[in-house]
Amino acid sequence: MGGWTNLKRVGRYGLIGFFRNGFVSLSAIFIMTITLFVIACMTIAGAALSSTLEQLTQKVDVNVYFLTTATEEEVLGVKRTIESLPEVASIEYTSREVALERFRERHKNDQLTLQALDELEENPLGASLAIQAKDTNQYESIARFIESLPAAGNSGEEHIIEKVNYYQNKTTIERLGSIIDTSRTFGFFVAGFFVIASILIAFNTIRLAIYTSKEEINIMRLVGAAHWYVRGPFVIAGILYGIVSAVIVLVALYPISLYLSASSEKFFGVFNTYEYFTSNFPHLFFLIMGTGALLGAFSSYLAVRRYLKK
Amino acid sequence: MIHYDAVSKIYGGGTIALDNVTLAIEPGEFVSIVGHSGAGKTTLLKLLFAEEYPTEGSVFFDSRPVQDFSYRELTHLRRNIGMIFQDFRLLPTKNVYENIAFAMEAAGRSDGDIAADVPYVLDLVDLGEKMWSFPKELSGGEQQRVAIARAIVNQPDVLIADEPTGNLDPINTYEVVQILKKINDLGTTVLLTTHNRNVVDSVGKRVVTMDRGKIVRDDPTGHYTL
Repeated sequence: MGGWTNLKRVGRYGLIGFFRNGFVSLSAIFIMTITLFVIACMTIAGAALSSTLEQLTQKVDVNVYFLTTATEEEVLGVKRTIESLPEVASIEYTSREVALERFRERHKNDQLTLQALDELEENPLGASLAIQAKDTNQYESIARFIESLPAAGNSGEEHIIEKVNYYQNKTTIERLGSIIDTSRTFGFFVAGFFVIASILIAFNTIRLAIYTSKEEINIMRLVGAAHWYVRGPFVIAGILYGIVSAVIVLVALYPISLYLSASSEKFFGVFNTYEYFTSNFPHLFFLIMGTGALLGAFSSYLAVRRYLKK
Repeated sequence: MIHYDAVSKIYGGGTIALDNVTLAIEPGEFVSIVGHSGAGKTTLLKLLFAEEYPTEGSVFFDSRPVQDFSYRELTHLRRNIGMIFQDFRLLPTKNVYENIAFAMEAAGRSDGDIAADVPYVLDLVDLGEKMWSFPKELSGGEQQRVAIARAIVNQPDVLIADEPTGNLDPINTYEVVQILKKINDLGTTVLLTTHNRNVVDSVGKRVVTMDRGKIVRDDPTGHYTL
């Protein structure tokens, strides 16, 4: 007997079982929908949290201010040195001219200041470097490194750095860093807890659903059906539970994310649920579908195994 | 063909179900196994299709000990032994046709064979009209006839009937016994357990009497005597 015929039979019985055990299928789908919904929500909440934290992290930087006497050459030299540190994510260079322009722009409604500036013969502003670290707790070592440079020395020709603003912001940066770390760990554990709990509930529901078929499995075995032939239809039905639940969740997420888009943007800053849902749809689709189908198949497989002795 | 060699079976709680039983059954025989409840009749049958394993001794099927069968050989063995139970054991979510077709599919038979044999075997047990009914829509007698149809559809060498008339009224009991005799006449070895005197007497073939796990009588053309 060909494998194709067997596959067809297993598939057909899986479908028949799915529809004939209507109530059992319905309850399995109901629980699995909740499970997949929790997983989807945790994924979206996780994305919202990391985008918010990302944004907060980007607000933190260490600024190095140079003396007006420092040439562009020298400043770029320091920039290159700092860039060679592995902790550094990016450095933004602001030349004296740009700094002046920004200053004028900022004070364009303040004639008094602008007049005072015009009376000066030369540009009073120094160049600066805005350094971003890859991680908030790396700022201290970066700051220390910069201060150890000859350019930061107290005297001599090499002395071109006026100040590093890390120490003024030290407590803020450290507090922010610890908030970010705690949020990440906390978010991870909360999400993990919900995901694991809901997976266990779905697993147990399918096990109970198959418990009602215990005697049936035994009969099939006594009639001489091979284990995979007994198990196959249950696994197919399990996959169907997963797929149907995944479709329900994905369809439900569309209006929900749309409804929450405005308030989420207000709450998180840049994060928008609807934008996230639409731009990450393929990713979410495979995650939810895949989890649903795998969870259904795996739960059914294990549940039937209990009743299949030799 | 079937040989129980000094078989004992002691269940977990210390209950002795079989006590040093030796029994040989030749191909084509019709053996009625009688005795009170708990005499060990059902255990005797369960050992044959490896639902239970003997605590001591061996059960041979075609000269090979059943406990040595691999998983694959066991599924083949079970396809070669038709089984009928007191509680029918039909698949509740499958209709009559599918119940019988399932046994054929499990044995790897083709769709063509199934389409031809299922109606044929249902006609044999006079249930052609109930082909699309579900077990719960049938009477006890009808369900048992479906179970018989399922048991014989793969033309097994052995048919095991464990109290097949236990839940049936006298008329249905008579019909089931007649069907079993017909199957035996066609060459299938039949093992029947029962505690129904009328059944045993109407079969009129070999009777093995059991009591408390032992064989106490073995009459070639016996009657029910306890």
